[in-house]
Amino acid sequence: MPTKIEKDSVTGRETTGHEWDGLKELNTPLPKWWLYVFYLTIATSVLQFVLYPSFSYGPGYLHGVLGYTTRQEVDQDVAKIVAKRKADMDKIGTLSFAQIKADPKLLEVALVDGKQVFASNCQPCHGAGGGGNPGYPALAAGAWIWGGTLDAIQKTVTYGVRSDDPNARTSAMPAFGAGLLTQPQIQAVADYVWVTFYGNKADGRDVSEGAKVFNANCAVCHGVKGEGNKLMGAPRLASQVHLYGNTREAIMAQVMGPKMGVMPAWNTRLDPATIKAVTLYVHSLGGGE
Amino acid sequence: MAFRNEFFEKNAIFLLVGTLLTVAVGGIVEVVPVFTVETTVEKVQGMRPYSPLESRGRDIYVREGCYTCHSQQVRTLRDEVERYGHYSIAAESMYDHPFQWGSKRIGPDLARVGGKYSSDWQYAHLKNPQELVPESLMPRYAFLAETPLQTYDTVARMKTLRMVGVPYTDEQITSAESDLRTQSDPTADQTKLLARYPKAVTVPGNGTPTEMDALVAYLQMLGTLVNFADTNTERLRQ
Repeated sequence: MPTKIEKDSVTGRETTGHEWDGLKELNTPLPKWWLYVFYLTIATSVLQFVLYPSFSYGPGYLHGVLGYTTRQEVDQDVAKIVAKRKADMDKIGTLSFAQIKADPKLLEVALVDGKQVFASNCQPCHGAGGGGNPGYPALAAGAWIWGGTLDAIQKTVTYGVRSDDPNARTSAMPAFGAGLLTQPQIQAVADYVWVTFYGNKADGRDVSEGAKVFNANCAVCHGVKGEGNKLMGAPRLASQVHLYGNTREAIMAQVMGPKMGVMPAWNTRLDPATIKAVTLYVHSLGGGE
Repeated sequence: MAFRNEFFEKNAIFLLVGTLLTVAVGGIVEVVPVFTVETTVEKVQGMRPYSPLESRGRDIYVREGCYTCHSQQVRTLRDEVERYGHYSIAAESMYDHPFQWGSKRIGPDLARVGGKYSSDWQYAHLKNPQELVPESLMPRYAFLAETPLQTYDTVARMKTLRMVGVPYTDEQITSAESDLRTQSDPTADQTKLLARYPKAVTVPGNGTPTEMDALVAYLQMLGTLVNFADTNTERLRQ
């Protein structure tokens, strides 16, 4: 309770009049600079309330005098960067791959752009630098299923593999375990593939029976020498890099009930010029044909 | 005489009225915009409530705390729009209770992850993220593939969502259990499911989904419903 306002004899200031066991409190005003900054912030908030979108009510909201929206701002930001890239991206979009490669500066732009796009879209499956993952082809090692030429890569990226796109690349290997081959035949053909194409030691196994089964059932797509067929999307077997692993068990599993991977069509997310840029990047990783 | 705090300190009734007025202003500023929240939801084509399997997958997403690392909101920033696609709009989360916008971005934003990767990839990645992305910090969720999805309360959950404003039709509720089986059985006829829930993604299985099946069905539809080719910022404005 304020009892008696009085002047403090030491500082010459007024007290609050409060007293606790003989202690009195000085009534020191706020510093002037602090007070004016505080008033300024209030004035600024009123100004912002008027200039920018602020309060929503009944049928809508106060749009503000400037008509600012973050959505318009991001549209402008994107338009600005697109305009900046336009000259190069138009060239990449319209020129042929050979023409782009003949222009070192343009090729560099395409590869830098392609690398960015690869990192945020392709890398989760195909691995950093196209190193591949189980079930996802190693692009850098040239383990192409549908072809590693620039045109083939462009088509695969655009339409995907077994995607929803009507132009998607698609192939189907029969499940030979579902009655087409007997268990001993499957073991025999797995032995044959493992020894002949995967380069393992026969260790006294007779693979001639497996060879017969292979030539009768598998060679039509995978080739007599296991060379694969890129037109059909039949993977090359005579190789050191295999989609689902190098073991005999992996071969058996694949013959019995094959896994068939899916790649999304990227034409829904990337524009044609960007797809060409990422194609050039993928081709440059070391496996390009 | 200058106006002093003392005036309120000495007159309890004025203190009471003054306090009431101040709190009332604060309250109105916070409450009034909520009354008109519908006006902030853009009118767009394509939004629909979650299918029963997606809705259950969303429950798993929330239960496992995916939102503590993954946001579901492409912000209006150039780098995000370039990386993830069109910025998120309010209409896209109008059937979310609660929304999953999130504020922690340890992992990538998932608002537009639907269809970005194959379902096979989603399964393999959920089971062991480091197998596919060596530098990933994400924990393994292999147990979800071993856990059968609890489905006895599917209808009850949908009815609850309807009570808080999700416009499930009676038909959608009566066919919930069959829709849930159909979406996890690629051999089943998907026509009716897709009529009720356009763009629903069927996951592999035999009609008795695991928790992971539900989660993948949910992830594979995220951000795919609105066709942004048909719209632009001007038309989205209310």
